[in-house]
Amino acid sequence: MLKIKELRATVGDKEILKGIDLTVKPGEVHAVMGPNGSGKSTLAQVLAGHPAYTVTGGSVEFDGEDLLEMDPEVRAQKGVFLAFQYPVEIPGVSNAYFLRTAYNEIRKARGEEEVDPMDFLDIMEQKLKMVEMSDVMLNRSVNTGFSGGEKKRNEILQMAVLEPKLAILDETDSGLDIDALRVVADGVNALRRPDRSTIVVTHYQRLLNYIVPDYVHVLANGRIVKSGGKELALELEAKGYDWVTGAQGAAA
Amino acid sequence: MSTTAFLDDVRAATERDGEPRWLRDLRARGAERFAAVGFPTTRDEDWKYTSAAPIAELDVRAISEPGGEVTRASIAPYSFGQDGWTTLVFVNGRYDADLSTAGVASAGVRVLSLEQAREEMGDLLRDTLGSICDVEQNAFIALNTALFTDGAVIHLAKDAVATAPIHLLFVSDAAAAKGASHPRVLVVAERNSKATVIESYVATSEAVYFTNAVTEVSLGDGATVTHYKIQRESPRAFHVGTIDARQGRDSHFVSFSFATGAALSRTNVWTILGGEGCGATLNGLYMADGSQHVDHQTRIEHQKENCYSREVYRGVLDDTAHGVFNGKVYVHPEAQKTDGKQENHTLLLSPRAVIDTKPQLEIFADDVKCTHGATVGRIDNTSLFYMKSRGVGALRARQLLTYAFAADVLEQIELDAVRESLEELTLARFTGATTAE
Repeated sequence: MLKIKELRATVGDKEILKGIDLTVKPGEVHAVMGPNGSGKSTLAQVLAGHPAYTVTGGSVEFDGEDLLEMDPEVRAQKGVFLAFQYPVEIPGVSNAYFLRTAYNEIRKARGEEEVDPMDFLDIMEQKLKMVEMSDVMLNRSVNTGFSGGEKKRNEILQMAVLEPKLAILDETDSGLDIDALRVVADGVNALRRPDRSTIVVTHYQRLLNYIVPDYVHVLANGRIVKSGGKELALELEAKGYDWVTGAQGAAA
Repeated sequence: MSTTAFLDDVRAATERDGEPRWLRDLRARGAERFAAVGFPTTRDEDWKYTSAAPIAELDVRAISEPGGEVTRASIAPYSFGQDGWTTLVFVNGRYDADLSTAGVASAGVRVLSLEQAREEMGDLLRDTLGSICDVEQNAFIALNTALFTDGAVIHLAKDAVATAPIHLLFVSDAAAAKGASHPRVLVVAERNSKATVIESYVATSEAVYFTNAVTEVSLGDGATVTHYKIQRESPRAFHVGTIDARQGRDSHFVSFSFATGAALSRTNVWTILGGEGCGATLNGLYMADGSQHVDHQTRIEHQKENCYSREVYRGVLDDTAHGVFNGKVYVHPEAQKTDGKQENHTLLLSPRAVIDTKPQLEIFADDVKCTHGATVGRIDNTSLFYMKSRGVGALRARQLLTYAFAADVLEQIELDAVRESLEELTLARFTGATTAE
């Protein structure tokens, strides 16, 4: 599904990703862990097409197509979804209107019929239940005045509505209490299917108790320095990142 | 600078027969003042960013013959879909009784054309007209005072509540071409009364004409007046309008100014919080493109203790449009515990669009809380990326973000029919769509 080869990216003059190799097959859950500044959020944003980053080398193939050639909206239409670490507030656009616009734009791009507001509300109803959100939230402006937990839930709601093939969760666990974390994880798990993949970017192992990964990768200084199974996350939790990034840590 | 046509009008007006002595005197004062000062120049601080020269050079005469082809059908798009409202319709500055509707009557609420008011409320007019908007304040007020022929008078008796909004609809059609009108509106809200007044300026043609409106609002103790001004003049028209309020103790004045029309427009919204415990809320939205020039000047004068003022103006400017916002807040030494907040945010859609924004706080009391903030920006790239990352195309994302920027301040409008109508108008302007939710 996703093949990342030798991916390099910069922001301004600074190189953040220094050659990433990662392959994700359908149905797999990959966790990308690493200390602050390791480049894990950059990887997530580059995959979604954030304009602040410049790809300077390597390739990313998504379902056999060159992902890096696509505009962000095309990536989304093809099934890539990024749950933002800091969801953006858009005062003046209601959540419902935004979601329906996104839903219909994606359907249109796939040659499917647009859904009218009434039918869309039916779709929303079950999705709202999944993330334990009240329909009152639909009439509020996107993320505006939402608490940290509500913003993250809203990201998962969007994901549930758009049903991406590849979901990238960028530190979705940051700032969440344990109840919110569970709701978010339940939402993600409910969407797991053999043809859908997930990349979970996280600093802590905590979220991985709820979203159990097939593979864990440790990113340090713009490279994947270690990969393993889910037990690697527990080991990291116990021993800290210095255990795998020691060389870089000492040099810094 | 040629002001000849206007001076000819002024001369004619002072010779007008059949008006009571007090009105002739009032007009004479306006005429004298205008003849003495003429139109402002950009050397005037208040006119630094807006040149009145195009208005001065207009060869327009006051429209003397009522006329026009305005019908119920042609004004329907501007009535907010409401039949129950008291609506006074003015065609090219003249009251049109046939197009007007009485609407739902409320006890103690009188809505009259200026001419009717002269017959039925002569004393009120004599005592109030010109007492708020004095001819000394500026040349346009002086000109209006010398020349006004029609307009509306709204009187709210003590404790009276207007259950339905009152709509004053000023329509200009092709017959307004090369003409000037000087509408005058007076709102007198006695103690504890309440009303919502909408003043619309719309056009059914693209004629060049000049509107010079003056609205005086007197709020007695505990009165609440909500005033919406909808300026959708012809794209080639010139519009100058002043709304000036005087507030008694515990009164509330709420104003919203929506401006999308006219080649050049200048709207003044002024209020004096003259009693303790008053509140003033002055909001607005201006949207301009092409080579339009849109200017708002607000002035909030805190004279007494424990009053608050809230102000949010937003603007969206495209092409080579030029916006001006000047927000003055003046706090007198005795106006302790004043709580004032002012914001002006402008979105520039084109590199050649310009905004001159000037918050102006003059505070002479020491125990007050006054803040102001002004931002000028372009579409936020983070928001744009967020929308795109959800599959929304770049163009549509821009349209929605532009709409959202503007609609943010429309949310402040309490009257559903007006808010929804302006939201639709704004959405259509930026996206071509007709409904939002």
